[in-house]
Amino acid sequence: MRKLRFHPCGNYKESYEEELSIFTTDFGRLWTGIGLILLFVVIPAISNPYLLYVINHIGIAAIAAIGLNILIGYTGQISLGHGAFFGVGAYGAAILSTAVGFPFWLSVIGAGVITALVGMVFGIPSARLKHLYLTIATLAGQFILQYLFVSWESLTGGPMGIMLPRATLLGFDVKGDRSFYYVIFVCFVIMTWIAVNLMRTRYGRAFIAIRDNDRAAEGMGIPIFRYKLLSFAISSFYAGFAGGLAAFYIGSITPEPYTLMLSIEYIAMIIIGGLGSIPGSVFGAIFITSLNEILSHTTQFFMNIGVLTKVALTIAPLREFIFGLAIVLFIIFEPRGLAEVWRIIKSSFKLWPFSY
Amino acid sequence: MEFFFQLMVQGLSVGFLYALAALGFVMIFKSSSVLNFAHGELLAIGAFIFLVFSVRLNLPIPIAFIFTLAGTFALGFIIERLFLRPLIGEALIEVIMLTVGLAAMFKGLLLVIFGGNLFNYPDFLPKGLTIQWGAVVIQPVYVASFIIGIIFLSVFGFFFKYSSQGIYMRSVADNQPAALSLGVHVRRVFALSWAIASLVCALSGIILGIMNGINVHDISVMGLKVFPVVILGGLESIGGAIIGGLIIGLLETFTGGYVSTSLKEVIPFVVLVFILLVKPYGLFGLVEIERV
Repeated sequence: MRKLRFHPCGNYKESYEEELSIFTTDFGRLWTGIGLILLFVVIPAISNPYLLYVINHIGIAAIAAIGLNILIGYTGQISLGHGAFFGVGAYGAAILSTAVGFPFWLSVIGAGVITALVGMVFGIPSARLKHLYLTIATLAGQFILQYLFVSWESLTGGPMGIMLPRATLLGFDVKGDRSFYYVIFVCFVIMTWIAVNLMRTRYGRAFIAIRDNDRAAEGMGIPIFRYKLLSFAISSFYAGFAGGLAAFYIGSITPEPYTLMLSIEYIAMIIIGGLGSIPGSVFGAIFITSLNEILSHTTQFFMNIGVLTKVALTIAPLREFIFGLAIVLFIIFEPRGLAEVWRIIKSSFKLWPFSY
Repeated sequence: MEFFFQLMVQGLSVGFLYALAALGFVMIFKSSSVLNFAHGELLAIGAFIFLVFSVRLNLPIPIAFIFTLAGTFALGFIIERLFLRPLIGEALIEVIMLTVGLAAMFKGLLLVIFGGNLFNYPDFLPKGLTIQWGAVVIQPVYVASFIIGIIFLSVFGFFFKYSSQGIYMRSVADNQPAALSLGVHVRRVFALSWAIASLVCALSGIILGIMNGINVHDISVMGLKVFPVVILGGLESIGGAIIGGLIIGLLETFTGGYVSTSLKEVIPFVVLVFILLVKPYGLFGLVEIERV
């Protein structure tokens, strides 16, 4: 057995491969293993159905947030259309599974592919212009797609929406929170693994180069447009995949949820979690989804106390206010988000008592 | 033909509304190259401050008007001081995200305070402003907004072209580090441009409120309709904003009249995508040439 590797007191890296390695120490491997055991054995065993329902939503949001972080955090292109792209995924999965008759797994992946294609259409303006214009193009995409969800009735069922068939995987019925928990989190682990490794390839490095200085990147021979479009497609794929999963999990879809507010929620997730950090996307998804649940519970709590029903109605829009406030505060005070807070906590443990 | 003319007048008046809403947006973009996603909320804040002064506190209209302008001017300073000052020198992407956050924040705040209902101003414009031309009657609001629009156009045109502050603003927008090194007081320019923009927004917001009534959702949607207008007209051009507004307004009402009413809401955004593909700097925008 080879020697266990621990954290050296200094930087002793000798090759680029070492710099790129995911686990610098064997502790990292150990913690990942512990995390996976927690995720797949402990959490489903101790959680009640409501908690599982919330955690499932966190998992779905985390997949979409990782995708958006690839676009905004790593490539530096802002998208305001991811709420609609999430919706495209949901509709794609619903249509593929009902009208075309694809099985569950194929329609979720198909939903991702369809969304990637749709995303690329709105990414084309980035060919000629810098990031400001792409943001506006995706904003337009958000509204156009929202319109299509409602008005293209032969395909989307209009305001009535679509009922999805029961999901089956490998001959098993996937129903209820617990079995969906396993499906969602296996997908989550795979998608995270892909994203982490993508950022270590030449594609990931090209994305980061474009974010840091697009002119320099072009000078070094990176075809900017192709890589921007690729980043857009990957990011939309993640959004669509998450949307497809969400559609099957909820069981029916209507056009209402996929508004600009959802896009802003996803942006809030990655800003709060940390731009350009994959754990950050997960932290952000946890933060925003829990915040959503807490706020809706508070509203409901006040609603049930007869005297305070009026108060409850006025604090409902506070949700939007708190999202906005969270985005603003994080940008001003901790632009690197919760991921940075987490790193500071970790390093202060590691360096104790000789931190400087 | 009657229908056509009716649509045309309606389209032009809607278009003027868009043009007016777009002016403040172009102001901020021209002076700091920030895409302000909180624009619709600034319009709404202006309209609501006027509502508070004129209806809730029952002040006479001219005094309420002056108070509103002073209040929003100060508000612009405060927004800049609290939220944008810490970001001077940061990447533009963060500033834009910040305005997205501000938009959600302001909208939530307005909804908490005023709720989602429709409010109206008292009718105060003189009836003498009505223009009658055959069967076509133009309401005093539109005449007033037309006059204000023309004043805006000339005042800010001259301001940016000839006054030293205007030139400072353009220099900061063009290249912040270069302007800093040449001794332009960037912080003051930012503060002033946000204050002026917020004042312009209040003016437009009040006019929007007179025309359509004041509702948080409606006015903040107007802030997003501004994007097709300014992209069509060119992001830096005040004249372009007005012409873009008129074109988008006409297009919208004609689509609503002849094709379908539900398509009306999205057609500006379809145009927007098309323009980005075909003529990305708009009709009157500056074509950016990059030299390394």
